[in-house]
Amino acid sequence: MYIKLSNGKVYDPVHGINGEQRDIYIRDGQITRKPSSNTKIDKVYDLNGKIIMAGAIDIHTHIGGGKVNIARMMLPEDHQADLVSRTELTRSGCGNAAPSTLTTGYRYAEMGYTACFEPAMLPSNARQSHMEMADTPMVDKGAYAMLGSDDFFLRMLSSKKDQAAISDYVGWTINASKAMGIKVVNPGGISAFKFNQRQLDLDEQNSHYGVSPREILLSLIRAVTELGIPHPLHVHGCNLGVPGNVETTLDTIKAVEGMRMHMTHVQFHSYGTEGDKKFSSGAAEIAEAINKNPNVSVDVGQILFNQTVTASGDSLHQYAGHWHAHPKKWVIMDIECDAGCGVVPFKYRDKNFVNALQWAIGLELFLLVEDPWRIFLTTDHPNGAPFTSYPHLIRLLMDKSFRNDMLSTINKEAAKTSTLGSIDREYSLYEIAIMTRAAPARSLGLKSRGHLGSGAIADITVYTEQKNKEKMFSTPDYVFKDGELIVKNGKIVKVVNGGTHILKPEFDKGIEKSLKRYFDDFQTVSLGNYKMHDDEIIEDGRGKVIVQPCM
Amino acid sequence: MDKKNYSINEVVCPFCGLLCDDLVIENKNQQLSVKQNGCVKAKANFEKKPVEASPQIKGKSATLDDSINAVAKILKKSHTPLLSGLGTDAEGIRQLMQLGDNTGAVIDHMHSDALMRNNLVLQDLGWITTTMAEIKNRADLVIFAGTDATQHARFFERVIWNEHALFNKRFERDIVYIGENLNTKPGKSPLGRRPTVFNCKNEAITEVVSALHAMIAGEKFKHEDIVGIKLSKLEKLVEQMKSAKYGVIVWSPADLNFPHAELTIQSICEMIKYLTRTTRFAGFSLGGNDGATTANSICAWQSGYPLRVNFNKGYPDYDPDRYSSSNVLKNKEVDSLVWVSSFSDEHQPPKASIPTIVLAPPTTRLNFTPDVFIPVSTPGVDHSGQLFRTDSVVALPLKQCRSSSLASVGAVIEQVIARI
Repeated sequence: MYIKLSNGKVYDPVHGINGEQRDIYIRDGQITRKPSSNTKIDKVYDLNGKIIMAGAIDIHTHIGGGKVNIARMMLPEDHQADLVSRTELTRSGCGNAAPSTLTTGYRYAEMGYTACFEPAMLPSNARQSHMEMADTPMVDKGAYAMLGSDDFFLRMLSSKKDQAAISDYVGWTINASKAMGIKVVNPGGISAFKFNQRQLDLDEQNSHYGVSPREILLSLIRAVTELGIPHPLHVHGCNLGVPGNVETTLDTIKAVEGMRMHMTHVQFHSYGTEGDKKFSSGAAEIAEAINKNPNVSVDVGQILFNQTVTASGDSLHQYAGHWHAHPKKWVIMDIECDAGCGVVPFKYRDKNFVNALQWAIGLELFLLVEDPWRIFLTTDHPNGAPFTSYPHLIRLLMDKSFRNDMLSTINKEAAKTSTLGSIDREYSLYEIAIMTRAAPARSLGLKSRGHLGSGAIADITVYTEQKNKEKMFSTPDYVFKDGELIVKNGKIVKVVNGGTHILKPEFDKGIEKSLKRYFDDFQTVSLGNYKMHDDEIIEDGRGKVIVQPCM
Repeated sequence: MDKKNYSINEVVCPFCGLLCDDLVIENKNQQLSVKQNGCVKAKANFEKKPVEASPQIKGKSATLDDSINAVAKILKKSHTPLLSGLGTDAEGIRQLMQLGDNTGAVIDHMHSDALMRNNLVLQDLGWITTTMAEIKNRADLVIFAGTDATQHARFFERVIWNEHALFNKRFERDIVYIGENLNTKPGKSPLGRRPTVFNCKNEAITEVVSALHAMIAGEKFKHEDIVGIKLSKLEKLVEQMKSAKYGVIVWSPADLNFPHAELTIQSICEMIKYLTRTTRFAGFSLGGNDGATTANSICAWQSGYPLRVNFNKGYPDYDPDRYSSSNVLKNKEVDSLVWVSSFSDEHQPPKASIPTIVLAPPTTRLNFTPDVFIPVSTPGVDHSGQLFRTDSVVALPLKQCRSSSLASVGAVIEQVIARI
């Protein structure tokens, strides 16, 4: 069966296509070359003047796993104002900052997204993450396994085990937890908090293990490189949210000595200490460092003004941040000698100096980092804002006068200290297509996603060009998932499940000997039961496993 | 599984919230026996004789197909069904959530009263909690508040008197009990050290904890005792808590069975938060039997809210008091009942004069004749599945230990959904 998308304006940066009129053909869920002229075309969509992009990909969004579910349970007040009724097609649900899984899937698809990646899957909590992702319909999913504060790794590192053995352990973890990459959160800091340390800078030592975040970072980056994991180590650095952390972030970039690294929600790591309030923007310095270091990519973690909830594996800094909880309730958890988490509801206020400056810092980063292939659009959902605010964020990037209007409404002092008003750059549709499609797909190693060339999976979004980019990106005309029309005029017309991207890197299975001993002595589940099997994702026809190749 | 005799390793026991996963089960001609590592409860449940039974419609044998039709017929007519019990695995809960959404039902678990005590604390001020492996490897002081943990027979063996720990010396933990009628024997260490015991009514735990909290915060007391406990004894405990490196307070919401016990749990959690300003402390809740943690977690991610939810308005409506099974039955807010208990044949559905459907093991002896009875298989014995541990972090894979002709809860409900 052939589908033809006729005459649309195509934005496909992987192939350098910048708004040219093209026809796109779909067959059996894939994009294909133009068939011979006598081939029957079963369905033609006349898209004259419409904008066509690949389905969008969110590289960092907390959609599935323990801490998000704690946020859901903790915040009935988040849900009561945002109730979603069931329809003939879709299930009911609710929630704004911490929506239910089904509602999450529907909303992503209705915004033209076709893949979402959960960035902080604790291996000990992997089964829950995968269950929640399986219950998130419409989009493809994937997750990064969190390492770096787990006691097995820290024991290896402190006893100076071979890098090869550490790499085997990392490879084992990806296989056992069905992950798509590796994330480190406050390297060693979650463990340090369990030993009652309250801060940990790049070269400070974990008081028990005597290893520093720098050593942890380098060891994990080497492991990711040796295993051929396509996505570089996903780094949530030291000192999240701490004024003055711009120095730590710059040191971290220097520390990796040219090796590939993805720095996540870098907005939260770009704070200086200048001015009366001892809080200032470090965006210019960070952007300069990113521009100079092609080995580094970032996502921003933009904040937007509203009530949300922060959910992070960084128990150390979430504990420190609990004083600012709004409403006044919060959860901290130590988890299974594996990691931890902290869930702290928060309200970003545009008239608050710090919050207003955080908003400006995020936008400065977006606009000062030159290469859209290395900066991805995220709000670190829900930490900076719910993912549903992406269309608004896109408008801020594409529309200078709108941005400056918003700038004039925020805390005056913050607006005055920010350079945002003097930045003229406006993102083009081509650049938006890079940062929300082509670049995340490339970073994740998804060769058949994020573009519209022959052989690509037919995940496609069609928009009507509008001056108001928020409106444009809120309601796509059509969304196709694996070649099927799933959204029309911003509403679901067909429910699909989506699949789960995983990697199966090779490693020396000898590592299981020492793991077995460790699990028998110290863990509370057996090694065999810790490991997940593909069947558990596929079970009952709910999910599908998509194995991506390693490099 | 064609062999007549075989044994299965690393079997997860689904019969309490600890989900011990080191059982060795032997299958001899479908008769199971626990060969290693099972507690009394595990043995009693795994070793039950397999029973074949047919479904019943109004007490008369019927085919599964007819029974499912009968269930569908009742639910189609029903304005607001009550889906209660919910004793099943992850797949069973997922299907029941879908059924609840489709039919506009109220969803409630048989152990929700206990779950609510925790949920209310989470939603009011939150908490600092920990999980089993952290207790096992780190805790140097463990305080049991209103529970002796003996309902979870292997808790002490697995995480208190464990042979190996990453950061603790073997068998060196301080154990404290606060409460009434507690069996404190397991608190004696294998090296002979006795636990400290504070006897008070469970209702008075809040008072003891509040006094401890105040003393930690530097308040001076003139009283000689607090609810009969000498002040000097409490002062000693305060020093112990302040100098602990990793203290844990264990409670069991089911054991705190009195009105507004959530305030007791909250007083414990607020003291933990205060202690965390200077040292590390965390709470740990024991419970989660009959899939309670699984039901609460899945209800939260699928509906947005933890249990108790009513789908009758088309969207999830959360009210942990109003939508208890006993309340909605008493107030006649529901007009049919689906009772699910696949782990245990001992739970009786609530008394109700509305069409009642029971999904339970074939050995269940009901004290009435339901409209439809469907004997179901037990997750982790008769079929594989997934279940959450009491800490609601670790989910484990359940294994099939024997073959069974009985349908699983998930499979039955899936068919019911298809026929409505």
